[in-house]
Amino acid sequence: MIIEEEIQQKLIKNYNFLEEKIRIPRARRIYFEFPADKFEGLLEFLMKEILCNMLCTMTGLDAGDTIEVIYHFARKDGIIVNVKISVPKDNPKIKTISNYFPSAEYYEREVIDLLGAEVEGLPEGSRYPLPDGWPDGQYPLRKDWKSDVLEKENK
Amino acid sequence: MDRVIIPIGPQHPALKEPESFRVTLEGEKIVDVSLRLGYNHRGIEKACESRTFMQNIYLIERVCGICSHSHSTCYIQAVEDLAGTEVPKRALYIRTLVGELERVHSHLLWLGVAGHEIGFDTLFMYSWRDREIVMDLLAKLTGNRVNYGINTIGGVRRDISKEESEEILKAVDILEERTKYYIEVATQEVTLINRLSNVGKLSRADVELLGAVGPVARASGVDMDTRRDDPYAAYSEVSFKVITADNEDVYGRTLVRVGELMESYSIIRQVLKNMPDGPITVRVPRKIPAGEAISRYEAPRGEDVHFVKSNGSDTPERVKLRAPTLANIKAVLKMLKNYNLADLPIIIAAIDPCFSCTDRTISIKKLDTGSTEIVDWKSLREYSIEWYKKRGIRF
Repeated sequence: MIIEEEIQQKLIKNYNFLEEKIRIPRARRIYFEFPADKFEGLLEFLMKEILCNMLCTMTGLDAGDTIEVIYHFARKDGIIVNVKISVPKDNPKIKTISNYFPSAEYYEREVIDLLGAEVEGLPEGSRYPLPDGWPDGQYPLRKDWKSDVLEKENK
Repeated sequence: MDRVIIPIGPQHPALKEPESFRVTLEGEKIVDVSLRLGYNHRGIEKACESRTFMQNIYLIERVCGICSHSHSTCYIQAVEDLAGTEVPKRALYIRTLVGELERVHSHLLWLGVAGHEIGFDTLFMYSWRDREIVMDLLAKLTGNRVNYGINTIGGVRRDISKEESEEILKAVDILEERTKYYIEVATQEVTLINRLSNVGKLSRADVELLGAVGPVARASGVDMDTRRDDPYAAYSEVSFKVITADNEDVYGRTLVRVGELMESYSIIRQVLKNMPDGPITVRVPRKIPAGEAISRYEAPRGEDVHFVKSNGSDTPERVKLRAPTLANIKAVLKMLKNYNLADLPIIIAAIDPCFSCTDRTISIKKLDTGSTEIVDWKSLREYSIEWYKKRGIRF
């Protein structure tokens, strides 16, 4: 757990508001939350200083009034840094990171289709994973969404 | 020269999920590829939210028809992390054993598919015959050829007897003998080497940029393997080599997979030799403490990632999964560029997406006249074999 603690110290040194906020529940797992507006700076810091060279995936969550997005970054030695940002549900805007990690494109499209987030700067492309004829404003992974919406549509 | 766009998919026998490639050609050369995914979206993540943690094992096992054990293990590892479960050693060894048998069956399947796509059907017949040995073993150990249902939260559901363990060792000896022959074929058969070398190149820098995983990454010299880097189950207690190659092409991907088969046999022997006695499962309360956990697993096709969030009840708040093919999609688009249409079947097959036996159609639309011609996968494959025959590659 020495490397994990070093990473924690580095993060706190650069972002002192993270003091006491970083969780390391087991070896190779680091979790913390971060303000969405400062995320791009953190991303560059993680890539350069913490050596997170891989994006495992992105998870979108419906947390009531907010949409949460977790970025799972991995280092070569197996340590995963999980950064959670949250944006208000009535204005769920996040910035694309596909300019840093091209593979993020599909993960971001998932968050758009399934949770209704807006991703700024994402290049044009076909939607993923829902079909083209999917009704507007229906986001299946939001907690209030029930599949009977589709049944009504088809009647 | 006129450009021609060929839509391939959404229904397609060489793809893990139905996907739709739009391939732009200039003569024979692929100049651009675009992709539409999602045809096989079944809403499994949403369905997980209305089932208990235990029921979800069986749902998630059915995400994939080949790496079913990979998905279920990846998921329960996250759940066990949340519950703080100390899984008995013997259970971890059994999970490792089934995981490696699954890798053997998956890689032998891939070898056959790759042989078939390039017109080397003898290799396909041989490797699928040999694959039956490991399928029979899995059926004997777990009750099923796929979707083994061996995992449960807190351990495994079936123990392995001494007789079964001896039977596995005997079968592994035969498989190892056969794999040595495949390695000979892969390293000495000139036709195979010529057909696969310098096809579907993907540089090491591109692997790192595009986030490719598994044998695709390792064949471009990237030394990564979740079994070693983020050890789970019993992998921290067995020794094995991470097989890499510097070829950066389809040939390298072949070498990596046959090399990994040999490592799997060694892991299986070590697991059976060192498997400790004791219980195979511990009781885990139905309600899982609130929290978030992420888990990784080196599936035969690459790294599998699962994220589980619990709210303290017996059903998860959120389950998120990412299968290795999604991570390799960006890479395959890159690999196809500047190669011939005749290379497309083997390049797509070389990332090892799942194989369905149904023949599907491809329609060729001529941009200038708008006329459409229907070509099915079989004809495309035959065309690809003929094209290379004329250039001296003949099996």
